[in-house]
Amino acid sequence: MSGGAGPPGLLIVGGGIAGQSLAERARALRPQLPITILAAERRAPYDRVRLSALLAEGGDPERLRLRPDSWYEDHRVELRTGVSVAAIDRAGRAVATADGERLPYAALALATGSTALVPPIPGIDKQGVHVFRTPEDCEEILAAGRGAGRACVLGGGLLGLEAARGLVAQGVPVTVVHLMDRLMERQLDGPSAAMLARRMAELEVEVLLARDTREVVGNGRVTGLRFADGDELECDLLVVSVGIRPNVELARRAGLECERGIVVDDRLRTSDPAIWAVGECAQHRAVVYGLVAPIHEQARAAAAAIAGSACEPYAGSVPSAALKVMGVDLVAVGDAQAEGGCTVSDPGRGIYRRLVVRDGRAVGAILMGDAAGAESLQALVAAGGEVADALSALADAGRADVRDLPDEATVCSCHAVTRGAIVAAIRERGLRAPSEVHACTRAGTGCGGCRPLVARLVEAEVGDGAAEPAYLCPCRRLTREQVLAVARERGLRSASELAAACGVGRDCGACKPAVAYLVSLASHNRHEEERHARFINDRVHANIQRDGSFSVVPRIYGGVTSPAELRRIADVAEKYDVPMVKITGGQRIDLLGVRKDQLPSIWADLGMPSGFAYSKAIRTVKTCVGTEFCRFGVGDAIGLGIAMEKAWEGLHTPHKVKSAVSGCPRNCAEASVKDIGVIAVEGGWEVLVGGAAGSSVRRGDLLARAATDEEAIRVASTFLQYYRENAEYLERTYTFVERVGIEAIRAVVLDEASGEPAALRERLAIARAAVRDPWQEAVDSDEGGPFADLDESSGPALVGPPAGGARS
Amino acid sequence: MSVVARERNLVAVGRAEDIPPLEGRTVTVAGRRVAVFNTEHGFRATAAFCPHRGGPLADGLVGGQSVICPLHNWRIDLDCGEVVAGGSGRVPVYPVLERDGWLYLDLGG
Ligand code: SRM
Ligand SMILES: Cc1cc2nc3c(=O)[nH]c(=O)nc-3n(C[C@H](O)[C@H](O)[C@H](O)COP(=O)(O)OP(=O)(O)OC[C@H]3O[C@@H](n4cnc5c(N)ncnc54)[C@H](O)[C@@H]3O)c2cc1C
Ligand code: SF4
Ligand code: FES
Repeated sequence: MSGGAGPPGLLIVGGGIAGQSLAERARALRPQLPITILAAERRAPYDRVRLSALLAEGGDPERLRLRPDSWYEDHRVELRTGVSVAAIDRAGRAVATADGERLPYAALALATGSTALVPPIPGIDKQGVHVFRTPEDCEEILAAGRGAGRACVLGGGLLGLEAARGLVAQGVPVTVVHLMDRLMERQLDGPSAAMLARRMAELEVEVLLARDTREVVGNGRVTGLRFADGDELECDLLVVSVGIRPNVELARRAGLECERGIVVDDRLRTSDPAIWAVGECAQHRAVVYGLVAPIHEQARAAAAAIAGSACEPYAGSVPSAALKVMGVDLVAVGDAQAEGGCTVSDPGRGIYRRLVVRDGRAVGAILMGDAAGAESLQALVAAGGEVADALSALADAGRADVRDLPDEATVCSCHAVTRGAIVAAIRERGLRAPSEVHACTRAGTGCGGCRPLVARLVEAEVGDGAAEPAYLCPCRRLTREQVLAVARERGLRSASELAAACGVGRDCGACKPAVAYLVSLASHNRHEEERHARFINDRVHANIQRDGSFSVVPRIYGGVTSPAELRRIADVAEKYDVPMVKITGGQRIDLLGVRKDQLPSIWADLGMPSGFAYSKAIRTVKTCVGTEFCRFGVGDAIGLGIAMEKAWEGLHTPHKVKSAVSGCPRNCAEASVKDIGVIAVEGGWEVLVGGAAGSSVRRGDLLARAATDEEAIRVASTFLQYYRENAEYLERTYTFVERVGIEAIRAVVLDEASGEPAALRERLAIARAAVRDPWQEAVDSDEGGPFADLDESSGPALVGPPAGGARS
Repeated sequence: MSVVARERNLVAVGRAEDIPPLEGRTVTVAGRRVAVFNTEHGFRATAAFCPHRGGPLADGLVGGQSVICPLHNWRIDLDCGEVVAGGSGRVPVYPVLERDGWLYLDLGG
């Protein structure tokens, strides 16, 4: 279906940030105006700014979309992608598409943006030379980067540096070749540029300055660059980022006044009163902006003019550019090159802050290494504020509290969101988290540079929200104790019953695994297992991997296996073509990269119990060879380790519990850094708890000395149940023991006279008795559901459209 | 290609009963991978992969009108596809129609 039906309205040529912004603002002013966007690219409007992030992090370009399909439907904006406008018939008020379709307009807005500038250097058309402007460019660069020995980026501006950093993140060595004698020469002065060059070198981006590239060498494919001084530099990938060329051909052919861009007045009107131009194709008061913030300001003024509503004319923008390179704080505002003003610099710490003052007024700023106060300086420069004492103005800005920011200060330049708008959203909509502000105002969803400031604004507004207790369910403000009390008092046995009783887990699913754990704890494993409340790993009893495949780790008690078991594992690995078989750090074997639908048959063929490597549960009990073989051994580490693992296997815990048993103080099983570690000493065992050697390292505290194996297991089991009943969900023993204190734990766990240790052990035993092996259960029940795609479980969808026609 | 006032393009994707309440399932439709969810407010569908690092959304935790990606806990609003916690971005969403026990997806024109 093509547009054209109905009365002509606003026709926007170009589906970039400018076209989209104009459509949004025009729609807000004129609910009934027919609006159509004709976009040459074959994808819906997306956030070009975040291409840098796409290059550095990879991912699906779809994530850059500015609005979902439903937005266009809801706002009755007709979006036609893949449609290129070839000509404008100004007299007939219509455009012609490249396919020859004719579309009338009442108002026409050109938002054709720009194209990457490619300098006419001999050889620049060789293979391996790319520009960086679209998701497709990004994909090509990433693909080329994979095999590249060295990449060069031509151009040391903002974009070139971001591209270079993105390539380094992909593991490609990169050299930036810049014509001028300093980086970002349009935004920076000499000292700050030199500091930036040093910082880029630390980030593994090599920088060559003052190099005039004369030729791209190579036989069909780029193999290097040749400079004016005859030097050559080898590279097999070249990214060209030397500037932009506004897309003005369409306008020029239609006879509109064009210079570098399409010339517009303060209402963004071109030389034809029915035609507007916004964004990177427009030239306003002799300036073409290559940044997003001015685009939104232009779109606002243009939309008002098109809608015929009152609005301040557009008087130009103060450019503010932030480098989106992780680890470099750099913001340049306005004209930062002029003499005058003052500088605070600490080269040792990489800090350079400069406020430029001309005729007593702030005209620009450079903040490097410490961008504190960028927004207030930006507001000061934009207002052309008077500055009597530049040094104290700079210092004040650095100290400025977010509360001191004027309401009209721009916080998010990407989406032109002011402090006032954010504060209003926080107050009126009761937002409590930065992420909610991102979602509601879009601030922070562009380059992300303003996120720290957004966080501070939320903090300033929400106040001591941070001092609230640790909620298990922040949505309903329920603590672990409250939820557990409800479950116990009412004898509730499923996450759904708890949700119905107190709302926990109703608003978002984040706390459901914690709730599922608490119902199992309260009912001693006589709960009703609900898959939806469990993290995916516990629904399919395997650990999800980065690519959505899974890993299978069978239980190998104490790390002791047998030839027959190894043979079975090997057979399974071959039969299912398992991509990787690995000995884990936990003394067992991991089959990695398994498809979800393969899991049940793999378990059936293995015939081994689950190792629970995917769960907050009893994990491994590592052992050393101990007295069985070792000449130093004083305790039977293998025997005790296996007994412990069998006593506890299958129990869920607040966080994972890893154990080890060492046969002597040489401690080859690293028991001193386990949640529960047991070490043989002359005359018995030492039981340590709260050890860690993961993201933090902590030596376990000595809980008790035990004379026999039985006593060691008894003390350890008592502690285990105490931890199960008292730790916050996702609290490892190393934080739990530290928080509660080993003395307090000993007072409960070792006080046999009180009867409590025996009671703890009894509850542990009751829970353990209800454990069933989840792999065996899944194999027995033969239930495909959670392991299959919808189309596989439902069979081929051999049905036509639904009866009753296509309504929804 | 147009979005407004186009014909609906309904494709049957499976039985409603195969997605238990508060769970999600992945399905392949017209070459696209789509995640379909059975939420408290009805069925919802989004593109199958998280805008962060492509996590399988159907394997996430569903609660209210959002799903939490299983890989790094980004939370995605199932009504509009917007990432509401963890990061930022959007996933395409598709209208779902349930009729006579079958689920139909509206893939647009
Ligand atoms: C497979 C294994 C690495 C290996 O190839 O050796 C492994 C793999 C993972 N570890 Fe580990 N850890 C493995 C031994 C360890 C060890 C060593 C040990 O157990 O003796 C440690 C340090 C000990 C400790 O936990 O204190 C360890 C400390 C961690 C941590 C940090 C925990 C902490 O709070 O310090 C995490 C992250 C977490 O739990 O949040 C983690 C998380 C993970 C996860 C589950 C990440 C995840 O959530 O997806 C990895 C799963 C990979 C996969 O897809 O299968 N893994 N991990 C080891 C499995 C042991 C096993 O047989 O079950
Ligand atoms: C990698 C990268 C990083 C950036 N980072 C930042 C940053 O951090 N901060 C910042 O402020 N800015 C940044 N920018 C600049 C910013 O992205 C641009 O200023 C902005 O996207 C320009 O938007 P636009 O809509 O004017 O033009 P464009 O995005 O170029 O959109 C114009 C659209 O019109 C289409 N079109 C052209 N001619 C026709 C026709 N005849 N018919 C139909 N359609 C047509 C084009 O295909 C294009 O899709 C960055 C740019 C890039 C490439
Ligand atoms: S250390 Fe553990 S969590 Fe980290 S990558 Fe290795 S396996 Fe994964
Ligand atoms: S892939 Fe979804 S949160 Fe990272």
